[in-house]
Order: sequence, then structure tokens, then C-alpha cells
Amino acid sequence: MSALTALTPLAAMTSVPEVAAQVSDVVGSVLLLAGCALSLIAAIGMVRLPDLLTRMHAATKPQVLGLVLVIAGLALRLREPEALGMLVLVVLFQMATAPVAAHMVGRAAFRGDQVDRERLVVDELSEGVRDLGDEPRGAP
Amino acid sequence: MSPSDLVTTACVVMLGLAAVLLVVRITRGPTVLDRTVALDVLVAVVICAIAVDAVERDTSTTLPVLLVLTLVGFVGSVAVARFAKGSDDVDAESGDEAEGGRL
Repeated sequence: MSALTALTPLAAMTSVPEVAAQVSDVVGSVLLLAGCALSLIAAIGMVRLPDLLTRMHAATKPQVLGLVLVIAGLALRLREPEALGMLVLVVLFQMATAPVAAHMVGRAAFRGDQVDRERLVVDELSEGVRDLGDEPRGAP
Repeated sequence: MSPSDLVTTACVVMLGLAAVLLVVRITRGPTVLDRTVALDVLVAVVICAIAVDAVERDTSTTLPVLLVLTLVGFVGSVAVARFAKGSDDVDAESGDEAEGGRL
């Protein structure tokens, strides 16, 4: 897997596995680039968006989709079957933990009155829950 | 410069720029929860960077680090959200602190 040899003339390709390796390299590189671009876009969003909830919206991109793209690119470039299990585990753990963390952060922000209610389009939580102060804010 | 090096360089530049922007957000806040979310994203960017490093060096020895980072980043942000008290926005706290009795 020395270099991306996509520029090599077709005549130089000899075997089917070699072609498959090159295709895998190219696809993996595209996935890596897409994942890194998502990270950059999300970071720009983190700086430019106005409040916590919109920043959490931007934060989701590299945490789930960006990571999945980069890990898929890594798997395609490494092509090691024994590494695949660990990569799948990384994606599974991230998909299981990121929503929980986001939920707890959003809940703490809402209960701490750090959410700018003027910006909310729909606010069903305030209508439905009158006794926000009764339970501890940090409770899950 | 081979196409592979070009891809790696582009990835590193994008991830580095993303990390710098996230540090800007961590520095400016304004609340501790903003910083927590930004730190969470920074952990995701570091995971991506380690993955790019594994691609560049063509090795799978750093993959356990990815696994650990996904779990450690989660524990950090949950702990901060659990113990964040009230509004800690320094600019906004003057004035309406008295009526925020339920915080």
C-alpha cells in the first residue's frame, strides 16, 4: 500500500487484487478527506453559531458522521481484518456515548436557564414541565 | 509529492485548523457547558487525527487509543454537565441573579 497509484496507466496493473487495493486506497482517501472536512466545518460552526443549542447541533457532525467516515477510510486503507473489530467498537462506543453526553449537557443548560428562549421555535419542555426546580438539575 | 501524501497533508491541515477554532471557542466560553461541548468535539478531532496518523504510518498499534478516547471524552462531559451549577456566564450574571432562585 505504498502510494495512491491512481495515476498509473492501466497497462501497469496486473492482477485483480492489485486493482482492488487501488480502488480501496482511493475510496479510503476520499472518506478520510470527507471526515476531516466535516470536522473543520463543525469547528467553524462552533465558533460562529450564537448559543449553546446551535453549537451542540454543529458539534454532532464530527462526533458521529465525521468519525464514522474517518474510521471507514482508515479501515479501507489499513485492510487488516484483525483491526476491523476494534474500529467497529470505536464507532459503536461513540454512537452510544455521544447522544447521552449531548442529552445531559442540553438538560443542564435548560435547567440552568442558559438557553435563550427567544431563539427557540418550539418549546414543548417549558409547557409540559412546570416544576423544573423540584429535582436536581444534574440528574439524568 | 505522492497523492497519498497530499491526502494526509490536507487532512492534517483541516484537522489542525479545526482544533485551533475549537480552542478559540473553549477560551471564549461563555459558559462551562459551551466549553464542555467544544472539548467533546476536540476529542473527536483528536480521534480523527490519530486515525490519520495510523493511515500515514500504516500501523494498527494506535487503535486502542481511539477506543479509550471515545469512552474518556464521554465521562468528562457527563461529569461536567452533572455538576454544572446555575448560569456561570460572567457577562450575564449581573442583574438577574436575584430572581433565579431555582437554580
